[in-house]
Amino acid sequence: MSPAAFPALTLVSGPEEVLADRAIATLIDQARASGADVVRLEATAYEPGALRIHASPSLFGGETCIIVRGLHEASDELQADLLSLLAAPASEVHLVVAHASGNRGKKVLDAMRKQDAVVIECPAIKSDRDKSDFVHKEFTRARRTITSEGVRALVEAVGQDVRELAAACAQLVADTEGTITDAVVDTYHGGKVEATGFRVADAVVAGRTGDALRLLRHAIGSGVDPVPIVAVLAMQLRQLIKVGAAGRGSSNQLASSLGMAPWQVDKARRSVGHWSPEGLAVAVQAVAAADAEVKGGGRDPVYAVERAVLTVTRARGIR
Amino acid sequence: MSGGVWRDLVGQGPTIETLSRAVAEPAAMTHAWLFTGPPGSGRSIAARAFAAALECPGGGCGECRECRTALDGSHADVDVVSTEGLSIKVERVRQLVQLAAMRPSVGRYRIIIIEDADRLTAYTDAPANALLKALEEPTPHTIWMLCAPSIEDVIITIRSRSRHVRLRTPPVEAVAELLQRRDGIEAPMALYAARAAQSHIGLARRLARDDGARIRRHDVVSMATRIVGVGDAIGAAADLAQISDEESKASASERDAAERTRLLETLGADPSARTQPPHIRSQLAALEREQKTRSTRHARDMIDRALIDLASIYRDALVLHLHSDVDLVNPDALDKVRALAGVFSAEQLLAAMDAITEARDRINANVTPLLALEAMALQLRIPRDLGV
Ligand SMILES: [Zn+2]
Repeated sequence: MSPAAFPALTLVSGPEEVLADRAIATLIDQARASGADVVRLEATAYEPGALRIHASPSLFGGETCIIVRGLHEASDELQADLLSLLAAPASEVHLVVAHASGNRGKKVLDAMRKQDAVVIECPAIKSDRDKSDFVHKEFTRARRTITSEGVRALVEAVGQDVRELAAACAQLVADTEGTITDAVVDTYHGGKVEATGFRVADAVVAGRTGDALRLLRHAIGSGVDPVPIVAVLAMQLRQLIKVGAAGRGSSNQLASSLGMAPWQVDKARRSVGHWSPEGLAVAVQAVAAADAEVKGGGRDPVYAVERAVLTVTRARGIR
Repeated sequence: MSGGVWRDLVGQGPTIETLSRAVAEPAAMTHAWLFTGPPGSGRSIAARAFAAALECPGGGCGECRECRTALDGSHADVDVVSTEGLSIKVERVRQLVQLAAMRPSVGRYRIIIIEDADRLTAYTDAPANALLKALEEPTPHTIWMLCAPSIEDVIITIRSRSRHVRLRTPPVEAVAELLQRRDGIEAPMALYAARAAQSHIGLARRLARDDGARIRRHDVVSMATRIVGVGDAIGAAADLAQISDEESKASASERDAAERTRLLETLGADPSARTQPPHIRSQLAALEREQKTRSTRHARDMIDRALIDLASIYRDALVLHLHSDVDLVNPDALDKVRALAGVFSAEQLLAAMDAITEARDRINANVTPLLALEAMALQLRIPRDLGV
C-alpha cells in the first residue's frame, strides 16, 4: 500500500486479539512509512481531552496517526471525544479504532461506518475449522505451501492457543524451506503433549494396540500428564460417532454442521467403517472411567489409561 | 408453633419443636448447631429463623425489628456467611473467629451462620480446624450455626462439638402452599413446580416464576424418549451440557447484576452511571473475576440439577412398573413415562438411574462433564423411536 493510500479512518473490528494486534502493527508500519507520528491510546487509561490535544495541528506540520484500542471498554468521555473528532475531521489526522465486541461504543462505530472507515475484521478463531483456515491463510500470506496433513498436525500440536499457533506458523515459515508436511511439523512440534495424545489416539482408533501402548508408555515415561491424552481419545471417539451418525454429505458440509475441520471429518470417515455402534459405546464408557481415575479417583492413573487403551482397541472388534 | 419466624420453614414440624424448646430454655443453650438436610429443604431458612427467635424479645414473633432483620440477614449481630466459590478460605474463618469473640452489640446473642459448612474442607482441613478452635473455647453469648447437606460433610471434631438438627424433604403440598402464600403463585402452578422440583424450595420457586426454566426442564425430561442410536446419545449429551449452561447463565445474570448494584451502593457510586471512576472500576473488576470463578461451579451444579430432572422420568416409569400408588414427579409428561415403562424392564430402568448417578458422581469428581454425560447417555439408549 502506498503512503498516499493510508486511510483516514480505520476500524479494527472483532474479538480475535492475534488478528487485531497484527492489523494494528501493519497500520503502524504504514503510518511510519508515510512519515506520520504515531500516538497510541488505551481506552481504559484514557484522560479526557487527550484526543483533542493529539489531533490538533502540530507547529511543524506533518501527519498524525492516532490509534485507540478498546472502544468496547471506552468511558463516556472517550466516546464523546471520538465523536467530536469524527464530526470535525482534521485532514492531517489518521484515526484507527479497535473494538472487540459488544454494544459499548456503538455510536462511534456507526459514525465511523457512515464516514466509510476501512473495516478490518478480526473474527474469533475457535473451532478446529477456524484454526485450519487460519493456518492455511498464514502460509498463503507468506507465499508458502502446507499440505492438509501438515495443517492437521499443526492444529493438533499447538492449536489450543491461537497466539501459539500463529507463532508456530511464523517459526515454520522462517526455519524451513519448500512445502510443509506433517513430517516437518512433527520435527518442530512433535514433542508437545497434545501431539503425543493424538498419536496415541490415532493408534487406538486404528486398532494398533501395540503402537498405542508403546507410545503411551513412552509419553508417560517422559513425564507427560495422562489427563490430556484421555481428553484427546474422548474427542476422537466423539468425532467418530458424530460423523458416523451424520450419514452422507460432503466433508465441507459436514464439517460446518458438526463444528469440525474438514480433515477431521475425512479422518473420522476413514476409521468409522471399522467400528460398530456398540463398540463405540463400550469405548466411550472405558474412556470416561479412565478420566475419573486419572483425575484422582483411582490409585494408579497410568494403569487406568493403559486399561482404557486395551478396552478401546478390543471394542473395535465388537460387531 | 409454626407461625411467627417459623412460617417459611415448611414441613419441618419436629425441627421447629426442637428449636423452639431451645429458645424457651436459654440456660440449656448450645453454642454450636449443625443443620443438615437435602438441598432446597430449607437449612438456611431454619438457621435464620432460629437466629431471629433467639434475638426476638418475644421468642420469635416474626413481626418485630429483631425478627425482620435477622430473617433478611441485616441484623447487626447475625452474620450470614454464604459462599458461592468452591471453598471457604482459612483467612475468612479467622476473621469470623475474631468476630465471635466480641460481645453482641444490640441483641442478646452474637450469631454466625455458615451456609455451606461443607466447603470448609474443600481442599484442606485448615479452615475447619481454625473454626474448631473457636468451638473448643466457646464465648458466652456467641452461637455458631453451620449448614451442610449431610453430617458426613463436616469433619468429625466439629460434629462432636455441635448439636445436630436434621431437616427432611418437605412434602410437595407444603412447598406448594409456601409458594402460594409467600410468593403469590397460583395454586396449579405452585403444585406443578413443587412436584417437578421434587420439593426443592428454591428450585420450585424458580420453575414457577420463569418460563425459560420450565422449558429447559421439559427439554431435559423429553430427552429420555429420543435417545435411540449412538449418535442420538452423543447429541443428547451435548444438548444437556448446553441446556445446563443456559440455565446457569440465566440464573446467574440476575444475581450478578444485583451484586453489582449492591457493591456500587456500598461504595457510594451511582449504579445507573455508564462509566465509573477508576477506583470503583477496579473493585468492579474484582467482583467480575469472582463471579466468573463462581460460574464454573454453578454450571456444574446446573448439570447436576438437570440430571436429577432426567432421572425423575425413569423413576416415574419404575413407579408405573411396580404399580405403586406413589405420586409421579412428571404427571405432565405421562405419555413419555408410559412409553419408557413399555420399552424398559424394571431392571433396565434401575440401570438407567444408576448410569445417571454414576455421571453425577463422575462430574463431582472432576471428570469432563461432556464425557461423563456421553458415557451416561450411551447407556440410556432405547431400542426404537417411541414417537412421544
Ligand atoms: Zn420478634
